[in-house]
Amino acid sequence: MGALSDLLGGFTTALTPINLLYALIGVIVGTAVGVLPGIGPAMTVALLLPLTYGLDPTGAFIMFAGIYYGGMYGGSTTSILLNTPGESASVITAIEGNRMARSGRAAQALATAAIGSFVAGAIATALLALAAPKIVDVALSIGSQDHFAIIVLAFVATTTVLGASRIRGLASLGLGLTVGLVGIDHTTGEQRLTFGIPQLADGIDVVVVAVGLFAVGEALWVASHLRRSPLEMIPVGQPWMSREDWRRSVGPWLRGTALGFPFGAIPAGGAEIPTFLSYVTEKKLSRKPEEFGHGAIEGVAGPEAANNASAAGTLMPMLALGLPTTATAAVMLAAFQQYGIQPGPLLLKREPDLVWGLIASLFIGNALLLALNLPLAPAWAKLLRLPRPYLYAGILAFASLGAYSVNGSTIDLLILFALGCLGLMMRRYGLPMVPAIIGVILGPRADQELRRALQISDGDLSGLVNTPFSMTVYGLVLLLIIWPLLRRVLRPTGGSNESDP
Amino acid sequence: MNRRYRAGLAVALAAMLTVAGCGDASGGKSVTNLRVMVPTGPGGGYDMTARTAAKVMEEAKLARNVEVFNLAGAGGTVGLARLVNEKGNGKLIMQMGLGVVGASYANKSKAKVSETTPLARLIEEPNVVVVPDKSPYHSLQDLLNAWKADPGKMPGGGGSSPGGPDHLATMLLAKAAGIEPKQVNYVTYAGGGELLGALLGKKIAFGVTGAGETTDQIEAGTVRVLAVTGGTRIKGIDAPTLKESGVNVVFTNWRGMLAPPEISESDRKALLKLITDMHGTKQWQDALAKNGWTDAFLTDEKYAAFLKSETERAAAVLHDLGLG
Repeated sequence: MGALSDLLGGFTTALTPINLLYALIGVIVGTAVGVLPGIGPAMTVALLLPLTYGLDPTGAFIMFAGIYYGGMYGGSTTSILLNTPGESASVITAIEGNRMARSGRAAQALATAAIGSFVAGAIATALLALAAPKIVDVALSIGSQDHFAIIVLAFVATTTVLGASRIRGLASLGLGLTVGLVGIDHTTGEQRLTFGIPQLADGIDVVVVAVGLFAVGEALWVASHLRRSPLEMIPVGQPWMSREDWRRSVGPWLRGTALGFPFGAIPAGGAEIPTFLSYVTEKKLSRKPEEFGHGAIEGVAGPEAANNASAAGTLMPMLALGLPTTATAAVMLAAFQQYGIQPGPLLLKREPDLVWGLIASLFIGNALLLALNLPLAPAWAKLLRLPRPYLYAGILAFASLGAYSVNGSTIDLLILFALGCLGLMMRRYGLPMVPAIIGVILGPRADQELRRALQISDGDLSGLVNTPFSMTVYGLVLLLIIWPLLRRVLRPTGGSNESDP
Repeated sequence: MNRRYRAGLAVALAAMLTVAGCGDASGGKSVTNLRVMVPTGPGGGYDMTARTAAKVMEEAKLARNVEVFNLAGAGGTVGLARLVNEKGNGKLIMQMGLGVVGASYANKSKAKVSETTPLARLIEEPNVVVVPDKSPYHSLQDLLNAWKADPGKMPGGGGSSPGGPDHLATMLLAKAAGIEPKQVNYVTYAGGGELLGALLGKKIAFGVTGAGETTDQIEAGTVRVLAVTGGTRIKGIDAPTLKESGVNVVFTNWRGMLAPPEISESDRKALLKLITDMHGTKQWQDALAKNGWTDAFLTDEKYAAFLKSETERAAAVLHDLGLG
C-alpha cells in the first residue's frame, strides 16, 4: 500500500502542465533522433542531456523519460517501415515488422508495436514500483553459468528460424558467429579478426550488421532485379488494427513482458536475448506458424513488448541498488550526478520524491508516446507509397547517414557496405538472414559468459551446472531436444510432421 | 522521411550548440574554434570531463567556439591515431587518461602517446579494493594471503578490459604481493555497475574499481573496502592505503589533455595558458566538487615526465601478461 500512495504522490509531482510540456518535448526530440540507425537510446539520451540542464531535477527527469522512450520507439518505427533498426533491441522487430509493412500492413505493425510497448512499459513500470527490492535480489543471484545456460537455450531455439534448408540456415548462423568474433577479446585483451584496423577493435555493432544485411542488402537485391520485375507499389491497406489483430497481439504482449522484464533486471541481461526468445516462443505457439517470415503480427507484438519491458527492468538495479548495468543507465547516472544526487542503495530513502516522480514520469512518457504515435501510424505507413527506386534510394541514404553519424568515420560506412554486399550474396544463394543476426547477437555473449563462468570456477566444468537455475534451464533444453525424437518413437506410424502442439 | 531525418539532424545540432555555443564575442585574445576530441562515446567519464572543461572555457570567456566531438573506438586508440595524424594542428586537443595509455599498448596501436604533445593532467581518482560485506576477508593482508595460496580459486574483477585502469591496478597489486600476473584470475566486467552486481551477488572474491563508483555502496554497507590505492586515505572511507597495508604501490586513475605532435611553440603556449586559466576559474573548481573529482593539476614538462613513467609502468605489466 505504501508504494501505491508514494506512486500517486509521484504523479502529483509530475503532472503539472509545464512538466507535461517537458515530457512532450522529450518524446518528440527523442523519437526524431532515435530513428537514426546506430544511435540507440543511450546515445540519444547522452546527446540530448544538455537540453535538460536548465531545468529543475523533476522537470529534467520527466523530459529524460520522454527522450528515452521516444528514442526506443523511434528505433522500432524505422525498423518496421524501412528495415533499418535504430537500436539493437528492435533488430528482431524488423524481421516480421518489415514483412508486414511490405504486404500493406505497416499501420497495424506500428500500432501493435506502440500499444505493445505501452502495455509492457506500464506493467513493467508498475512491477518496478511495487516489487523492485525483491526482484533485484533474485536478479543479482543470476551468475554467468545461468546466463550461459539461457544462451544455450536460445541457440537450441535458433533451429526454428533456420528456414527450409538446414544447411543454408547453419551456414548463415556460422557467418553471423564469425562476424560476432571480430574485435578485442575482453578476457585476454587479444584482438580477433581485426586485421590491424583499430576501428574494428570494438567489434561490429549488431545494428550495423542488421542494417547492412537487411536494408542495404535488400536495396541492392531490388536494384539488381528492377529491370526484370515490374515496378509495383507497396499496397497500403486498412489503417487500423482489426479485431483479429487485437486477438493475436494480446498474448504476445503479455508473454513478451514476462520475458523482457526479468532479463532487464539481470546485470548485463540486455534486450536482445528476450526479444529473440519472445520471437521464437510466439512462432512456436502461433496457430499460423506458416505466416512467420511473411509478416506475422505476433512476431512484432511479442518482441516489442519484451524490448520495452526489458528497458524498464534495467532501471531496477539502477534505482534499487545504484548499479548502472546498461549504457543508458550509466548515462542516467551521469544525469543524476549533475544534480548532486548520488544514486545507490540509499537513493530511495534520501530522495523518495525524485524516484517516485521519475517512475511516474515513465508512465507519462509512455502514455504520451502512445497518444502521439497511434494517430500517426497510418501517416507513416503512407511513406511506403513512394515508388521503389526513390524509396530504396532514401533507405540507402538514411542507413549510410546513421552508420556515419555514430563516429563520423568512413570506415563504418565501408563496413556497412561490405555487409550490404554480403546480404546481397546471401539473398542470391538463398541463405536466410535471421540466423546470421542471431549469431552476431548470441556468439559474443556465449563466449564471454562461458569464459567468465569457467574463470570463476577456476576451469572446473561443474561450475557450469552448479546452480538450480542453470540445471532447470538445461533440463528444458534437453526436453526440447528429446521431445521430437520421443514423439517419433511413441507414434511410429507417421503424422510426425504435424506442427500441432 | 526527409522531414524526419532533417529534424533529427537539427536536434543533434541544437544539442551540440547548447554545449558548445553561446560564446560571447567580448573576449579579447581568447582561443577561437578549438576542437576537443573525446576518444570514447558520449556519456562516459572522458566525455563528462571534456564537456565540462569546454563549458568552463566558454563561460569564463577564455575561448570561443569550443566544439566537443566524440571519436570512439578501441579504448581510445582510434582517437589517438587521429590525433597523431593531425600533426601541427594547434586547434585540436584530445581528452584522455590512463585508460588510453594502457589501451594503446594492449591494442598494439601504431600511434603512441609519446608522439603527441602533452598539455596537462586535470583530475585523478584512486581505486579501491572491495569485498562483499559477508566476505571472510577483513584486511588486505587476509585477502593477499588467500590470494597467494591459490590465485586460480580467487577470481577478482574489474570494470575495465585488459589494459584498462582496473585491470592495471589489479595486476600491479598482484605483482607487488608476489603473485605472477599470468596467474591472476581477472574477470572483466563492462563497467563498475556490472562489477558491483557480480560482487553483491558473491560471484567473485574481490573487486578493484574506481572509488567514486562505490561511494554509495560503501555507505550502505553492502561492500567493504580493504584498501585505497592512492597515496593518501580518502575522506569518508575507513580504509588504509596500499602502502600502509605493506604493499608498495601507489595507483590512481587520472585524466588529462594532449595536443597533436609538432604543433608550433606559440600554439602550445596558448593551449597551455588556456588550460591553466581554465583550471584557475571558480567554475572549474565548482565542477570538481560537484562531480566528486580530485584536482591533480600538472602541466607541460612535469606532465610529460609523468606520462612517461605511467606508460612504462603499464607497458611492463602488459608485457608480463604477453600483451605489450
